[in-house]
Amino acid sequence: MIWIVSFVVFIMLASALAVLLLPNLIAAVAASSVVSLSLAVLFALMKAPDVAMTEAAIGAGLSSLLLAMALRRLGLWQLDKEQESK
Amino acid sequence: MRNISSLLFSGGLAFLLLVLATQLPFGHTSMLLGNDILQAAPDEVGTGNIVAAVLLAYRGIDTLGELAILFTAAASVGLILGQRSNHSAKRDKTITESHFITSRASDLMMPLLIIVGFYIIFYGHLTPGGGFQGGVILAIAFFLPVLTRPGTTIDHGMITIIEGLAGAGFIMIGLWAMLYGKPFLQPFFDTFLGNGIFGSLWSAGTLPLLYLAVGLKVGAELAGLLVTISEAPAAEVERT
Repeated sequence: MIWIVSFVVFIMLASALAVLLLPNLIAAVAASSVVSLSLAVLFALMKAPDVAMTEAAIGAGLSSLLLAMALRRLGLWQLDKEQESK
Repeated sequence: MRNISSLLFSGGLAFLLLVLATQLPFGHTSMLLGNDILQAAPDEVGTGNIVAAVLLAYRGIDTLGELAILFTAAASVGLILGQRSNHSAKRDKTITESHFITSRASDLMMPLLIIVGFYIIFYGHLTPGGGFQGGVILAIAFFLPVLTRPGTTIDHGMITIIEGLAGAGFIMIGLWAMLYGKPFLQPFFDTFLGNGIFGSLWSAGTLPLLYLAVGLKVGAELAGLLVTISEAPAAEVERT
């Protein structure tokens, strides 16, 4: 149990760092979605399935969709450097 | 200098949180009300899921306020990010057909997501889940075709009608309880709805109806918000 929890926490910390360090904004949105998804796994492990479902639906699904839409709206939607230079 | 001060600030905050966290007994409840609710809820409200009993019976007005907050937030985000423009005709020419796998996957996922969303709403008083989670899943289900086929839209009038009816329905069920001499928004069983057997789908009185109204309102609101934002034109990159 403790090993599973520490593994999930490690994934959360790594993807939270990736949000800060990734230069690609879409990849950063995906990484923030990974943070929410592993938080949902933690909630499910700690026997809070209601909160886990909310976190998975809103945190991982809806908010990353909303962030991606906002990126597109602001004109920051660039897949990668090669495609931009084409 | 600014970096150092922000580092100091966040370090201090982390220290304070750490001190607080070491004082707390982890996993032991310090709330006395929770135990009372756990024991009284199956008899008083008749739900298998205690969270639903707290959300809609003991804290029903909180849920009403939550719906109002969600409505305000969705309206303001739609106002700021989703400005309509008259460039939509120009945008229609540049629609790119999405990939085969993406569009077929969305066709396959949409009915499944609708079933899962309604399941979570209808069984909200028995199993984990409920109106909010199911509503979000419904919103994503109806947004999927818009995401994969950029030409399609959802009728905004329909979304507004569903949202208004669901919100009015929530308040009407609350007023209906007052008609029988109960407090506003209290779920009740002793009318023609019947009490039902504890743990069956048809139980807990009007609470499933309240949850259905919450789910439809959340779903319609979020679907409308997502569609409004996706219809807004992408900004031209001028600075780079």
